[in-house]
Amino acid sequence: MVIGIQPEKVIRKEPSNFMRIRKNQIILSIARKEILHIIRDPRSLTILFLMPLFQLTMFGYALKMEIQQVKLGIVDHSHSAQSRELIQYFSGSDFFQPLLYEKELTRIDQLFKKRQAQVVLIIPVDFPQQLQRNRFTPVQVIVDAADANAATSIRQYMVQILNNYNQDHSPTVPLPFEIESIILYNPDKKSTYFFVPGLIALLLVMISALLTSITITREKETGTMEQILVSPVRPFQIIVGKVVPYIFLAFGIGVAILLTGVFLFNVPFKGSILLLLLLSILYIITALSLGLMISAIARTQQVAMMMALIVTLLPTLMLSGFIFPIASMPRILQYVTYLVPARYYLHIVRESS
Amino acid sequence: MNNQAVETVQLSRKFGTFTAVDAVSIQVPKGEIFGFLGANGAGKTTMIRMLCGLLKPTTGDGTVAGFDLWTQSEEIKRNIGYMSQKFSLYNDLTIAENIEFYGGIYGLNRSRIEEKRNKILQDLNLLSRKNSICRDLPPGFKQGLALSTAMLHDPAIVFLDEPTSGVDPASRRFFWDLIQQAAARGITVFVTTHFMDEAEYCNRISIMSAGRIIALDTPEELKRKYHQNSIQQVFVELVKNGYRNSA
Repeated sequence: MVIGIQPEKVIRKEPSNFMRIRKNQIILSIARKEILHIIRDPRSLTILFLMPLFQLTMFGYALKMEIQQVKLGIVDHSHSAQSRELIQYFSGSDFFQPLLYEKELTRIDQLFKKRQAQVVLIIPVDFPQQLQRNRFTPVQVIVDAADANAATSIRQYMVQILNNYNQDHSPTVPLPFEIESIILYNPDKKSTYFFVPGLIALLLVMISALLTSITITREKETGTMEQILVSPVRPFQIIVGKVVPYIFLAFGIGVAILLTGVFLFNVPFKGSILLLLLLSILYIITALSLGLMISAIARTQQVAMMMALIVTLLPTLMLSGFIFPIASMPRILQYVTYLVPARYYLHIVRESS
Repeated sequence: MNNQAVETVQLSRKFGTFTAVDAVSIQVPKGEIFGFLGANGAGKTTMIRMLCGLLKPTTGDGTVAGFDLWTQSEEIKRNIGYMSQKFSLYNDLTIAENIEFYGGIYGLNRSRIEEKRNKILQDLNLLSRKNSICRDLPPGFKQGLALSTAMLHDPAIVFLDEPTSGVDPASRRFFWDLIQQAAARGITVFVTTHFMDEAEYCNRISIMSAGRIIALDTPEELKRKYHQNSIQQVFVELVKNGYRNSA
């Protein structure tokens, strides 16, 4: 290897020269380098964009509170025109999937155990006669309450349908008043409208924290962090230089997630788009900072990524009001929720969707 | 004192109860190639890290480039270069981008960075590869590039922490040429190594053991004093005595 190096005259810098160093230039150098890291790894970039969209789609379809096609076992002992008419009321509803059973009464627990029915309606032998003679005709409804929430809604629907039947058959007794509830803002009672904004909050905080969680640890592993630390760069310049490029990246991912929520799940959007985007940036910066803090603490990239997931996923699921209402939590936990960034963002997205 | 690039007085560093560097006092004049020899764990790296401001000393005083270790770390950082055995370059950046980044964080202006970049690429015969990704470079080139970027801002002193480990002998030879050229330009070189043959390139060497300096002189003087033919033998002799003394 023959290499000619001309001795270079060393220009010893005067201290005043350093005063001219522009802080912005240092931050720009760091930001530019971070952007190069992002661009040089197109595979990770693709995953970062597609993963949240995939998760939103999956969970958006899977997480539904509505109950449909409830298996209704019907034991009709009377075999009458009247009982068949009653059954018609149930077949006409989307909620129930009626199945006729003509078995002995003793088999009913078997229907539940084999999960052939979630609710059983038993019509007595003298159903038509009783309808004519008595003011009240008993029918028996047995609900499987293993899933308490489902049991409540099933019971409500049963009562509603039986009421419909009563209304149609005894118009001579007018009710003094009638309750007719009108459901506002979400007339179809679609839980998607409730869950998708929550998912957006969850995915955004997770992805953002993941993005920055490895930026410092990676440099610690390769030794470049040390190289930066011996230079006159100040800590805030490192932080700002590292966060700024990721604000743009996370914002892009955030917009993609929001668009998916609005267009794929038809979550209605009411409110100021500009305000939502601005507040989303605030939320993203919070999450990115959290990731950067983890990155400064963790020694390896794996640990950093695990920490980022744990610190964002669980509190967001449990303590942000995503699934469990904050108002029904024990008081101490309610105070803890103030530390969860998603708590505030959920308020923002649910109010605007 | 102003003629000393590095001066320490009773500098110590403890980690818990373990004393990594034990009251070390050294003086390194400007322009010298000063070698730090010692087994792993002798305290060489701790010493370098304290001088670079990566680690605070526990007790003792010192100046680097005339600036106080305790109060003027900012000024010290501007006047030193540092290179560790990891050749801290970004593997996913190109050679030119690495140079531009390090120039940027030292606050060099654009034209100065360009000028430096071209010079380094020319000196290292890398002009044709300036846009290749660093990962693809052979270790010898990476090492040369790492040293050049560590000296991008014309530091008064450059600290090299085991810069030649993991590199083949030919590249090591070339690397020491680079070090000597830097010294010829007036840059003080402070280098740790565990390759005894490399010690011969130094103007003066200090041998460290268990946090203390057990010998400090020119290679020739050390060999004469201990009646040995090579630094390797001097080192073995010293360490043997050290064990005998402590036993």
